[in-house]
Amino acid sequence: MAKRALKAKKEKPQWKQILQKHPPVPESVIPLLQAFQERYGYIPPEAVRAVARYTRTPLSQVYGVATFYAQFRLRPRGKHLIRLCQGTACHVLGADAILNHLKERLGVEEGETTPDGLFTLEVVRCLGCCSLAPVMMVDEETYGRLTPRAVDKVLAEYRKGKT
Amino acid sequence: MRIARAHVLVGVDEEARLAGVDRVLSAFREAIRNAGLEGEVQVVETGTLGVSGRGVVLVVYPEGVYYAGVTPEDVPVIVEEHLLKGRPVERLRLPAAVPQTEPRQVLGRQVRVVLRNCGVIDPEEIEEYIAAGGYEALGKALTEMSPDEVIEEIKRSGLRGRGGAGFPTGVKWEAVRRASGQEKYVICNADEGEPGTFKDRLILEGDPHKLIEGMIIAGYAVGARKGYVYIRGEYQLSIARMQKAISQAREYGLLGDDILGSGFSFDLEVRPGAGAYVCGEETSLIESLEGKRGWPRIRPPYPVTCGLWGKPTVVNNVETLANVPEILRQGADWYRTLGTPTCPGTKVYTLLGHVRYPGLVEVEMGTPLRTLVYELGGGVPEGRTLKAVLVGGAAGAFLSPQDLDVRMDFDSLREMAAALGSGAVLVMDESACIVDMLASVLRFFRHESCGQCTPCRAGTDALVRLIEAVRRGEGDGRTLGLMTEIVETMRLASLCPLGQSVALPVTTALTHFRDEFEAHLAGEPCPRCHKLERALR
Ligand SMILES: Cc1cc2nc3c(=O)[nH]c(=O)nc-3n(C[C@H](O)[C@H](O)[C@H](O)COP(=O)(O)O)c2cc1C
Ligand code: SF4
Ligand code: FES
Ligand code: FES
Repeated sequence: MAKRALKAKKEKPQWKQILQKHPPVPESVIPLLQAFQERYGYIPPEAVRAVARYTRTPLSQVYGVATFYAQFRLRPRGKHLIRLCQGTACHVLGADAILNHLKERLGVEEGETTPDGLFTLEVVRCLGCCSLAPVMMVDEETYGRLTPRAVDKVLAEYRKGKT
Repeated sequence: MRIARAHVLVGVDEEARLAGVDRVLSAFREAIRNAGLEGEVQVVETGTLGVSGRGVVLVVYPEGVYYAGVTPEDVPVIVEEHLLKGRPVERLRLPAAVPQTEPRQVLGRQVRVVLRNCGVIDPEEIEEYIAAGGYEALGKALTEMSPDEVIEEIKRSGLRGRGGAGFPTGVKWEAVRRASGQEKYVICNADEGEPGTFKDRLILEGDPHKLIEGMIIAGYAVGARKGYVYIRGEYQLSIARMQKAISQAREYGLLGDDILGSGFSFDLEVRPGAGAYVCGEETSLIESLEGKRGWPRIRPPYPVTCGLWGKPTVVNNVETLANVPEILRQGADWYRTLGTPTCPGTKVYTLLGHVRYPGLVEVEMGTPLRTLVYELGGGVPEGRTLKAVLVGGAAGAFLSPQDLDVRMDFDSLREMAAALGSGAVLVMDESACIVDMLASVLRFFRHESCGQCTPCRAGTDALVRLIEAVRRGEGDGRTLGLMTEIVETMRLASLCPLGQSVALPVTTALTHFRDEFEAHLAGEPCPRCHKLERALR
C-alpha cells in the first residue's frame, strides 16, 4: 500500500485517487483507463502516460490498448453520446435508415461531434437489446423501435435540456 | 422467501426499464401500503419474464396471472381488484393482448433448465436462490464428491460448451485438472459480442447466483482458487447484479476461504470488457484480462495447459456454467433425458428479426428450426413470407425456408455445413435483401478484425469492397468467385476462428441465394435500397 501511494504521488491529486483504486500492475491498465474515461468522458493524453507510469507498462503498450478497444475515446466528446446500433438484428429492421437520418439531422458523420458540442454520434455493432431493434442509446438511456420521427423527438428532448 | 399471501413478480430487464418499470414498481409499493397489504403481498423484482414487446410485464402468484403493458395508473386497479378482491383485471391480462392459445403454447414448448429461476425469483436476494434449491449442488459436490467424481458426472451428462464450438465440458475440465501446476483459473466468458445475441445477459441479470455456483463447482473440479467473470462492458445491469451477488455469496461463506467447512477456497472477480468482439475468443479474452490488446494467441498451447498468466485455465460460456448446478442437483441421467444423445440438455436462443414474438426461448437440443420460428416466434408477420434465417449470429449460416426442418443441435447443423454458434436466430421475410444483409455482416467483420494477421485484415476489407460493388450493380462475372476464393483463403490461413468463420455466412448466402446476387449483378433495381431512399426523402 505504501509503495502504491508513493508511485501515485507525483500525479495530480484527483488522478491519484483514480489510480489508487487498482494495484500498480500491468493487468490494471484496462480498469484504470475505464476509470479515467468514466470520470472525464474520454481519456486525457496525460492520463495515458500516468497509467503507464503507475502500472510500469511501456507507454506504447498502454497507447496500444487505448486505441484497440472500441470503448476508449482519446478526444473529448459532446455533452451527450449517441450510440446507434448497426448490428445485424437492427440492420434487418432498418437501422441504416436511422443512421442516415441521424447524420442528416445532426450534420455530422460517425465519430463526430456537433459544432455546438451537444451530441457525439457513434456507431456500435450490437447493444444487446436486439428485441427492441432498431436501438440507440443516448448516454445511459436506451431507445428502441426507432423510427425517424421517434429519433427527432428524442433529439428535441435533449436539445431542450434533458440530461 | 418470506411467507406472504401473494407475490407480484415484476420482470426487470432493459426493455421493461424502457417502458418505465421503475415507476410501476414504486406505484406498487405505494398502493400496497395504502391498501394495508404490507407483509401480505410481496413485490419482487425479477429478471426477464420471457415476454417481449409488451412493455412492463408482471405475474401475480399464487394464481400465476400474467399482466402486460402495465402502467403506473393501472397499478391501483390491480391492487384493488386482484389483490384485495381476488378478481383478475381482464383488460391487462396477457391472453387478452395475444391470441388465446399462444402464451400457453409459447411457454408450454419451452423446457427451462438454465432459465429455471429467471423471472421466478428476485435475482438480488441470495435467500430466494437458496429457497429454490440453489447451492444444493455445491454442497453435494463439496461434501459428498471428489473433484474427479464431479468431472465424471459432468462427462456422463454429455454437457457441451454453449459458447459456440460445442466442446465437451467434462473433457475440458479434466484436461485442466490433469495439467501440472498449483495455480489454475476459471474464467466465465460473458463477453457476448455476437450481434443479435443477449442470452447471457439475461442469465446474468435473472439468476447471477446460478453462474456463481457453477463457477465454484468448476473451480473445485479443476483445482482453481480464483475465477474471473469477464462481462461485456455495455452490460451495466449485469455487472452490478453480479457484483452484488458475489458479495452476498461471500457473506454466506460460499465464496472465500474454507467454503462450507470443506477446506476448499475460491473467490471471484468481475472484469468489465472494453468493447471488442474478438475478446469473446478465449485467448484474446485472456490477453485482455492480462491488461493487453485483445490479440488472439497462436494455438497450441491451449488455455487448458497455458492460459491466464501461463497457467492452466478453464474458459466456459455463461450458459454452459449455468447448466452445471442443475446437472449435479438432478443427476447426469436426468440431464440425458433432455435433448439428443450426442447433445443432451437444452439450448437458449434469441429469436429476432421478422417474427411476431421476438425474445428469449429455451428448448431442448434437437428442436427443429421450424418449431422455433413458427411456434415460439409466431412466424413472420401476417401476409408476409419467410425468406431466410440467419442461424448463429454474424458468424452464422444463412438458411433458406427449405432448411426449416433441420434439428437445432451441434451435430445436425454441422451436417448441413451450418453451426449453432451463439444461439442467435434472425428471421427475415421478403422485405430483407440477402445481399444487403451479407454486406452488414461483412462490415461487422471488417470492423471487428483485430488486424493481427493479414488474411483476415486484408480479406475482410476486400470482401466489403466486393459486396458493395455487387450492391451497386458494378460487379462482374468474377466478383462472386473472388469472394468465395477469399473466404476459402481466410478459412485456411487466418490465425483465429474469427477470420476462419467468415466463410460460413458468405458461402451459405452465395449457395442458397445465388439468384439474388446474380440479379444485383445484372443491375436489377435494388428494392430495399429504393425503399430506403424513399423513406429518407
Ligand atoms: C470471434 C469469437 C468470438 C467469441 N465470442 C464468444 C462469446 O462472446 N462468448 C462465449 O462464451 N464464447 C465466445 N467464443 C468462443 C470462445 O472462444 C470459447 O470457445 C468459449 O468461451 C468456450 O466456452 P464453452 O466451452 O463453454 O463453450 C468466441 C469465439 C470467437 C472466435
Ligand atoms: S483472424 Fe482476424 S481476428 Fe483473428 S487474429 Fe487474425 S486478424 Fe485478428
Ligand atoms: S443488433 Fe442492435 S442491439 Fe443487437
Ligand atoms: S443491396 Fe439488395 S436491394 Fe439493395
